[in-house]
Amino acid sequence: MLSVAIIVPLLAAIALLAMPRDRPELARRTAFGVSLVPLALIVAAWVRFQGGPGFEMVESHAWIPSIGVSYQVGLDGLSLPLVALTALLFSASIIFPVDLRGRARQYYAAFLFLEGASLGLFLALDLILFFVFFDLSLVGMYFLIAIWGHGNAHRSALKFFVYTLVGSLSLLLGILGIYLNSGDQRTFDMIDIITNQPLPTTGLAPVLIFWAIALGFMIKTPLAPFHTWLPSAHVDAPAPASTILAGVLLKMGTYGFVRILLQMMPETFGRFSLPIAIIAVISIVYGALVAMAQTNLKRLVAYTSVNHMGYVILGVAVAANIGASEGARSLALTGATIEMVAHGLITGAMFLLTGSVLARGKTFEMDEYGGLAARAPALTGAMILAAFASLGLPGLAGFVAEFQIFAGTLGVYPWLAGTGLLGIVITAALFLRMVQKVFLGPLPERWSEWTDLGGWELAAIVPMLILVVVIGIAPAWLVNVVDSATRVMTGG
Amino acid sequence: MVGFVGDILPELILAAGSILVLLVALFTPRRMQPWIALVATAVLVAAAIFAGLDIIDPPGLTFFDSLAADGVGRWATLLLAVVGLLVVALSVEWFRSDDRQGEYYVMVVFGTLGAVLLAGATDLMELVLAMILSSVAGYTLAAFHRRSRASAEAGMKYFLLGALANGAMVYGVALLFGLSGGTTFADVGPGLVNADPLALVVGFGLVTIGVAFKMGVAPVHPWVPDVAEGAPAPAATFLMIVGKIGALVFLARLVLILPDTQLGWRPLVALLAAVTMTLGNLVALRQDDVRRLLGWSAVSQAGYGLMAVVALGRSGLALPSLLMFLVAYAFGTVAVFGVVVQLRGLTDRHSYRGLSSPHPWLMGAMLVGFLSFVGIPPLGGFAAKLLLMGAVIDAGYAWLAVLAVVNSAISLVYYLRVLGPAYLGESTGKRPTMGRLSGVSIGVATVAVILVGVAAQPLLRAWEAVQLLTG
Repeated sequence: MLSVAIIVPLLAAIALLAMPRDRPELARRTAFGVSLVPLALIVAAWVRFQGGPGFEMVESHAWIPSIGVSYQVGLDGLSLPLVALTALLFSASIIFPVDLRGRARQYYAAFLFLEGASLGLFLALDLILFFVFFDLSLVGMYFLIAIWGHGNAHRSALKFFVYTLVGSLSLLLGILGIYLNSGDQRTFDMIDIITNQPLPTTGLAPVLIFWAIALGFMIKTPLAPFHTWLPSAHVDAPAPASTILAGVLLKMGTYGFVRILLQMMPETFGRFSLPIAIIAVISIVYGALVAMAQTNLKRLVAYTSVNHMGYVILGVAVAANIGASEGARSLALTGATIEMVAHGLITGAMFLLTGSVLARGKTFEMDEYGGLAARAPALTGAMILAAFASLGLPGLAGFVAEFQIFAGTLGVYPWLAGTGLLGIVITAALFLRMVQKVFLGPLPERWSEWTDLGGWELAAIVPMLILVVVIGIAPAWLVNVVDSATRVMTGG
Repeated sequence: MVGFVGDILPELILAAGSILVLLVALFTPRRMQPWIALVATAVLVAAAIFAGLDIIDPPGLTFFDSLAADGVGRWATLLLAVVGLLVVALSVEWFRSDDRQGEYYVMVVFGTLGAVLLAGATDLMELVLAMILSSVAGYTLAAFHRRSRASAEAGMKYFLLGALANGAMVYGVALLFGLSGGTTFADVGPGLVNADPLALVVGFGLVTIGVAFKMGVAPVHPWVPDVAEGAPAPAATFLMIVGKIGALVFLARLVLILPDTQLGWRPLVALLAAVTMTLGNLVALRQDDVRRLLGWSAVSQAGYGLMAVVALGRSGLALPSLLMFLVAYAFGTVAVFGVVVQLRGLTDRHSYRGLSSPHPWLMGAMLVGFLSFVGIPPLGGFAAKLLLMGAVIDAGYAWLAVLAVVNSAISLVYYLRVLGPAYLGESTGKRPTMGRLSGVSIGVATVAVILVGVAAQPLLRAWEAVQLLTG
């Protein structure tokens, strides 16, 4: 069942390229229809999900048994919310209207290809399979930014590709290190490595492996100072691609931190939990400060991602501290996982909204706008809701996540939690300023014909925001699923 | 005696076949010349079939201990014959109006034979013979367009550097013969145990220069970009590949007969690998001429190939990675260079602008080839890099794997300098293309690049017990 969710979009991507040229609407409807298939399958998987320790719905086939590579997929309480998020964000992004530059088939094919790769990554339970999807996602995103982006799209896409390729190759070195050090029966099997913990805990090898993989994921996440590819990629990408980049692709890094580093080499991560936590806090504060300094709306949102990913990694690093209490660690890790989902929904919606703004106003400069609330109540309302969720207002998804992360951190690294809280204060200030600049105040004369969100835009954004509210008010259904995985990881 | 002939049947077929092609070419009237490609094809197909049939035979030395009929050698032979076939298919339309094209196919078969002998050589005299055969055929191929200045210049540069390198190699061979009292590896290896270390270093260094030249390894690489740019494009395709296959396999054999402790060849080969891959990639960054860019990329690839040699004897992944690299490199190069051939030698980077819409299949082949070179999964180049990096890490050369990673990222930049405009630029319409047969060649190579990565298992299983004999 999980394999179908991966394969259907990949095959549909190829099929789309063979469709007639001049039917953009047909391509779009087909792509949207196809994207509903994984969504339905994942919802069905959620219903069937047991929530016990270990992986469920595992499918395994030999691929290259000579070197121990297999096609193996499955899910647990960590991957399930992320694949659900992925499936939802892709459906929303595909239906969101964009300027197709006369290449509709290729655009939707690229999206479906990327969807297959992204789902595959979160479901993969073989390190090489994981890596394959990791790299395929780079190729898909490169073309999305380069062909349908704006501004200096080609350069931004290249920067994105090269930076994250360095990260991915560093990850590959780490994976090879795991393989070569995984005992006599060398293996890439993630379940095997997680269950049997074959990696050495002393000596140089685990340290090198840890940092090779950590570097790969720090670039992908991205944490400061490896984030420099992110703002340009985000700003020049088309809005739906930004949504996928922030909502799905960044999670690949944070997911990798948990799945590979935390689960496969907990003791080594434990030794480095403090430095990783410090890097995370630097990202939190730095990301927030730089976001505050932006005059470009999309760049502002992009930098808040650096800040939010900092929260996630802070939570993961706290969970990795073996000496700390199980309760605090489990709390922090659950918070981190929920933050991944919350950030995907909130920032994903926010990037789509910046796309709506760009489509109407042709610029991201906030000083050009003002008073849009008068003409576009839906756009304004959606953006304000997303902004409040992003700054962590109680009752919305971001709060649930950040509360748990900071509550967990407070028990382990109180001074880091204190410093990190600064990030929340700064984001609150910067989002309020953004809302005030763009949506409040007098409406400039030239925007008097400004139109509100259209039907398709609402169809894409509203479900995401509904989920933000639902998770904020009644998070138990999500927290329970996530807890089933985090309890196992933190030994609780 | 029957077994003896059976052992070297592919070599015999190529040797006799090249003379057959030569004779046919001499006596065929000008307008009938294109048919000679068919004769060459028949010879190469026969050689490929017998190389394939031989693969399951037990390994052993043959032909007076001067040739190794072992797994690696036979796989290399099969691959070389297939590359020869693909190059013939690329060449037919390119040379259609050339009334002495028969000789071209003679040289292709000779060149294939030279590389096959090189890959199997376990005798220093055999090395010299194979190297000269392969080089002379190569000089002719590079300069085949006599009236083209670029082609003549490419041939001349190739020849001058080759004469120098091969000369050095012959001195080295003489020195090793003098030190050990024999020319077969079986004699040289044991004979060198008590040799003067300095003379040994000099002897092996000189021989290595010859081998490095054939592979396009720094510092004897400068012919590679010149030949890539100036030689007839199908001939350039051939020269980028076959010498590298033959010489890399030979180098793997050669280092294994060295006393490891005395010389420490491993760090030396690692250094050559590091310098070659880095130099090739850095210079390729600045190329606006696609064929030169491919030439420099071929230099960097030679550096990756050397990684397999570094891991020999220390990692079980060394031989599989060597073969996987050769297969992925050969098909990737045919695919990418084939696109240049198909576009009638189109070489200015800017001329590729927007070609993805009028030529989606052709640019798709180039995309697959380039991404494979970078090492993007699940293509053949990824399988090769995975094994190569695994092998060197296993052998204790993790720094080389890190360098290969950095280099892969650099290489992405210049490949995208070609692919970017091709996919992102505004289309300026169709370009004249070569023809159907070269298209088939590109298609076969591209599919092979994908299959080698996705379905690597049969190959890896076949290579599990593969052997490399050293006398």
